[in-house]
Amino acid sequence: MTSTVGVPAGQSTRTGRRFSLSWLGVVPFFAYVGLFLLLPTGLVVIQAFGTPEGQPTLSNIRALGESYVLTAFWRSIQLSFATAAIGAIFGALLAYLVVSGPADGLLRRTVTAVAGVLAQFGGVTLAFAFMVSVGNQGLVTLLLQDTGISVSGGWLYELSGLIVVYLYFQIPLMVLVFLPALDGVKPQWREATESLGGSTWAYWRHVAAPLLAPPFMGAFLLLFANAFAAYATAAALISQGGIIIPLQIRAAMTSETVLGQENVAKALALGMVIVVAVAMALYSWMQRRSARWLQ
Amino acid sequence: MTESLTRAGVEVRLEGLRREYGAVTALDGLDLTIEPGEFIALLGPSGCGKTTALRLLAGLEDADGGRVVVGGKDVTGLPTNKRDMGMVFQAYSLFPHMTARQNVAFGLRLRKVGEAERNRRAGEMLELVGLSAQADRYAHQMSGGQQQRVALARALAIQPTVLLLDEPLSALDAKVRASLRDEIRRVQLEVGITTLFVTHDQEEALAVADRVGVMNAGRLEQLGAPTEVYGQPATPFVAEFVGLSNRLPATVSGSKADVLGASLPTVAASVSGPGVALVRPEAVDLVAVDSAGSDDPLTGSIVAVSFLGAVTRITVDLGTHGKVLAQMPTSQAAGFSTGDRARLTFRPAPILVVKA
Repeated sequence: MTSTVGVPAGQSTRTGRRFSLSWLGVVPFFAYVGLFLLLPTGLVVIQAFGTPEGQPTLSNIRALGESYVLTAFWRSIQLSFATAAIGAIFGALLAYLVVSGPADGLLRRTVTAVAGVLAQFGGVTLAFAFMVSVGNQGLVTLLLQDTGISVSGGWLYELSGLIVVYLYFQIPLMVLVFLPALDGVKPQWREATESLGGSTWAYWRHVAAPLLAPPFMGAFLLLFANAFAAYATAAALISQGGIIIPLQIRAAMTSETVLGQENVAKALALGMVIVVAVAMALYSWMQRRSARWLQ
Repeated sequence: MTESLTRAGVEVRLEGLRREYGAVTALDGLDLTIEPGEFIALLGPSGCGKTTALRLLAGLEDADGGRVVVGGKDVTGLPTNKRDMGMVFQAYSLFPHMTARQNVAFGLRLRKVGEAERNRRAGEMLELVGLSAQADRYAHQMSGGQQQRVALARALAIQPTVLLLDEPLSALDAKVRASLRDEIRRVQLEVGITTLFVTHDQEEALAVADRVGVMNAGRLEQLGAPTEVYGQPATPFVAEFVGLSNRLPATVSGSKADVLGASLPTVAASVSGPGVALVRPEAVDLVAVDSAGSDDPLTGSIVAVSFLGAVTRITVDLGTHGKVLAQMPTSQAAGFSTGDRARLTFRPAPILVVKA
């Protein structure tokens, strides 16, 4: 007969895991992500390397080197960088203003509520709002023209116009993303710096700036990815051509003059996926780094 | 202990300090003198003004009236970073992106001390608080107690004239709190620095301070040695706030009080005539009594026996005079149990008698 040392008779030595059904609750989420994010991404990647008939080819990828594609990528990067930089700076300043006030004050409640709405305000509605106010036939444009000032709303349909319009949702997004980081900065750190002989400048230079730099850069990358991937606002404003990559993809998919470009569109989308994935990976790394500091 | 860490303490005087927040008076003309090298604990409930007093001394807030004098120099108008005071906060004050050594050396860095020298002194301070082995750890890699010891080392590294401790133990668990409390006192004695310690925990205050100041509603109710504050409370508030007190009917005549037939000395602040005597449980002794139905007002029935480790607390019901707590060493309380009859006797320590 064998015996198990240290285990009273009659007790099982098995400590096996109990089967849990709690994971079932997340199945709808993962099913949704799989069906509408992972599957389309996978198809884009595969079809970027194939002809419409399904034959393998690198010609779609080679199209990424065409000058019009590189120009569109460069404009997309310019647009994303400019709106991320301006959005990050002004959003951070606004968020700082908010956390400087009372935690449950009217300013904070108002700004966070408005930012929550405006951060999701992109698309046709936003484009329409700008068109009817400062577009070619916009109210403000016409009023200025009536007073004898020679203005045109044409700028709205160029890169500079997209920058202004995108800031409408980029700045509020920055406020929402950066507020938790600012909330994590403890007032004791400033007081400790002062009691150790440091000035306000010393506090910002040695304490606040190093602590806030990772979340700030992370938020900048998130804004960059957000602008880079945005489509509906630009599409509503600019109906022809492809000055940025999302519009270039639209042109490739729907062009009635150059047919058979669907898989080139997928190669362009693959390029976007790579840029956004790199930005989001860096964002995630920076968030993780600062999370343990600014809890 | 390295010679460079010790320094002569300075005198600190708070003169008529006032601070108001809207309609609320947080500090109502506080006068307090801390002798050079002395360790004073300000004790009181939340909102009594003790933290405000410390923050005014640190320069973290501006006084509405009064003066702060440190080492004979009026520093009332000086900003915090010019006051040369080390401060330990309640919690979470270590810079999370710096190691323990960098935290401790930070004040020296601000003073433009060379890297080698500041690392040497930071190492010395970490040794003082017993954390040399944790020098390269970040705050999130240390326990709460270790973090507070680093904060203490950081505050002392700049060799401040005054050390301010703002409830530095309140976020810690009981065991760590007790050991760190003794650690703080040891370090303070070694360094010889004038120290103001703010706490709401009476045990902490009584255990470490040279003198304890009990605050209430923005005023200092009593300032004295721990034994004096505990044994001879000057006001009803102090008697109620510091330790437990039995409330017994008494009549004061001269410097004596008649408490249920027993004659006890009174403290100077007592009322004369009829009043309520505040008697500490440990000033009450019990004698076992056999007979039931005695009309002696000091005799009653034991209704509860609470074992508290080294001491035991016994509740005696005196009938119309209410219940009285007696606290004694557990070995002495072994003969008493619930339902027994017992007679109260009082130790001849001075008691406070307040208005009924």
